[in-house]
Amino acid sequence: MQEIFSILSDNWILLLVGQYPKGPLGGLAMTLVLSILGLLLAFPLGVLLGLARLSPITWLSAPSIALIYIVRGVPLVMFIFWVYFFLPALIGRTVSGFATMLVTLVVYQAAYIAEIVRAGIEGLPKGQHEASRALGLNYTQTTFKVILPQALYNMVPAMVSQFVSTIKETSLGYVISVNELTFAASQVNNSLLTKPFQVFIILAGIYFLLCFSLTQLARHLELEITKKRAGINSLIPKAITS
Amino acid sequence: MIIDGVLIMFWLTLLAWTLAMLVGVLLALMRMTNNRVAKIFVASYVEYHQNVPMLVQIFLWYFGVATLLPVQLQHWLNANQSEFIFAFIAVGLAMGAYISEDIRGGIRSIPKSQFEAARALGLSYIKTSRLVVLPQALRIALPTLVSHSVLLFKNTSLAMTIGVAELTYATREIESQSFRTIEVYFFSTATYLVISMLIMAFGQFLEHHLRIHSR
Amino acid sequence: MIVFHEVDKWYKPDFHALKNIHGVVQKGEVIVVCGPSGSGKSTLIRTVNRLEEIQGGKIELDGQDIYSPNLDINKFRSSIGFVFQSFNLFPHLSAAENIMLAPTNVQGMSKVTARQRALEMLDRVGLASKADSYPGQLSGGQQQRVAIARALVLAPPVMLFDEPTSALDPELIGEVLQVIKSLARDGMTMMCVTHEMNFAREVADKVWFLDAGQLIESSTPDNFFNHAQSERAQKFLADLRSH
Repeated sequence: MQEIFSILSDNWILLLVGQYPKGPLGGLAMTLVLSILGLLLAFPLGVLLGLARLSPITWLSAPSIALIYIVRGVPLVMFIFWVYFFLPALIGRTVSGFATMLVTLVVYQAAYIAEIVRAGIEGLPKGQHEASRALGLNYTQTTFKVILPQALYNMVPAMVSQFVSTIKETSLGYVISVNELTFAASQVNNSLLTKPFQVFIILAGIYFLLCFSLTQLARHLELEITKKRAGINSLIPKAITS
Repeated sequence: MIIDGVLIMFWLTLLAWTLAMLVGVLLALMRMTNNRVAKIFVASYVEYHQNVPMLVQIFLWYFGVATLLPVQLQHWLNANQSEFIFAFIAVGLAMGAYISEDIRGGIRSIPKSQFEAARALGLSYIKTSRLVVLPQALRIALPTLVSHSVLLFKNTSLAMTIGVAELTYATREIESQSFRTIEVYFFSTATYLVISMLIMAFGQFLEHHLRIHSR
Repeated sequence: MIVFHEVDKWYKPDFHALKNIHGVVQKGEVIVVCGPSGSGKSTLIRTVNRLEEIQGGKIELDGQDIYSPNLDINKFRSSIGFVFQSFNLFPHLSAAENIMLAPTNVQGMSKVTARQRALEMLDRVGLASKADSYPGQLSGGQQQRVAIARALVLAPPVMLFDEPTSALDPELIGEVLQVIKSLARDGMTMMCVTHEMNFAREVADKVWFLDAGQLIESSTPDNFFNHAQSERAQKFLADLRSH
């Protein structure tokens, strides 16, 4: 225990922000930047993908279904390597580890968000769509003014859950030497060499505190929304952690 | 080398999955008892494994726990593919948490009246669980169990970070040695995709085969 | 056969569900238990097979205290047939399998014998052709009859019915009551909670009227329906008739 505290007090800056300000941002800060940025960018993409998937227009739905299946069927590590090798070739210049990781996360998360959107939309009572059309609104108006606002509200707990998943996924940045929390911890371990258990327990502890609090938030939100919507027969997409 | 990678991936998945199932059922049963200690233990176990990244868990086992073991055991492990062993233990124990939650969800969705009817017939608690509650609970939990099985399969790829020569590791090795990047990546990606889809298809088959008949 | 001695039951935190119930069910008697909702009638019969626990008094089955420490609860329960309002058949098992479950697992019967007995019981309730159908494929009335067969196959000396027809569509009630009536005619000791007053008139030896946890009246059907003593019973009967 004593050792854990001393390791923490010696290295907390490295774990928290990497070598900033003397170097690039790293550690937990980097993890959070990647996660937040990743989710923010993935969100609109995911919503569009989800709508495309549900669309009656085949040339929209088929590729989106294909993309979603591919993302769900291939490990994240493989994706990271794909982007690592092929993105530079695609855009003609070198890509930093950070950018690689970000792109991978955005695409990966977008697929999962698309499924959350789908669940959110399909969980609404059918009557909503019908009532809107009966009033004369067309499909697009119905989708954006009636369906989506409700679905998005219901989706909030699942989105928080997805944020937790993203945070956990950033740890894979380690594989391409992105200086996020796990990489920072491994650096600490490499310099200390004799206390691996303590270092990694600290690492696990930090993730746990962060993710557990967010998961509890998600559960709380789920309860609140269920209570608010208790009158209507709608299904809240479960806050699933992947 | 690729074939070896596929085989190792296969064994890793099989062993981890078996461990996960055993752990999952055990935890679910523990949670069903009225023992407070058991319930707290299971809840903590589940929260830990669901909130710490899989990669970090693998590191903790391979780099951390390994150093805490008795020296004899460490020597034996080092001589006997410790990376593989720690990898499947880490993934199996972690996914066991998800499995136990799936089973728990399935059990909770069975109405209490089913339990009462069985007890009213004179069936003991254990017989009731085995013959009435679990068969129904597992059917309900099947879709999430299948998706978590796919997740487990994908998570085995993380073993590459500690040097297990499974498919992703082999892919990188070949790529760096032969520069046949696109081919090997396509092959491996396709392999993962096909197997994931097979698992999902098998799940669909099971769901259909085991479905509770109704009009 | 069944004796209730000063039976008291409370639900948490302080709801007094059964108040000082005294009653005797003789062997071969058919007792219909009725009363307004919330009166404790379901609770009362559920205490007999200990689906509900009592806090005061004593209940005896065939002379034995049902709370005696050396009582094997599972064996005890298998000696009482219980039929639920919502049938509670096991959806993942066929009709025959539902019926065979207890004999094979509680009474140690062989599967072959159990299936034979199950088919006999199904025949008894008029559903021999549905042996391999699943509950989801049967109508409510059919399901309830299978539930009765499931309880009967254990050859219990006593049958308890908790509002057996309340969850059924009107046109299906008759077939279930037929089965229960035939059991009564064959001399089965029964307690039946029900709102079906014509049924009570036809087969009951006694009617027990419960209100707010108390056993207010216990008399023959004729006396109860035509000469009810208490005010509450009279009100109850009046409400019933005004449909």
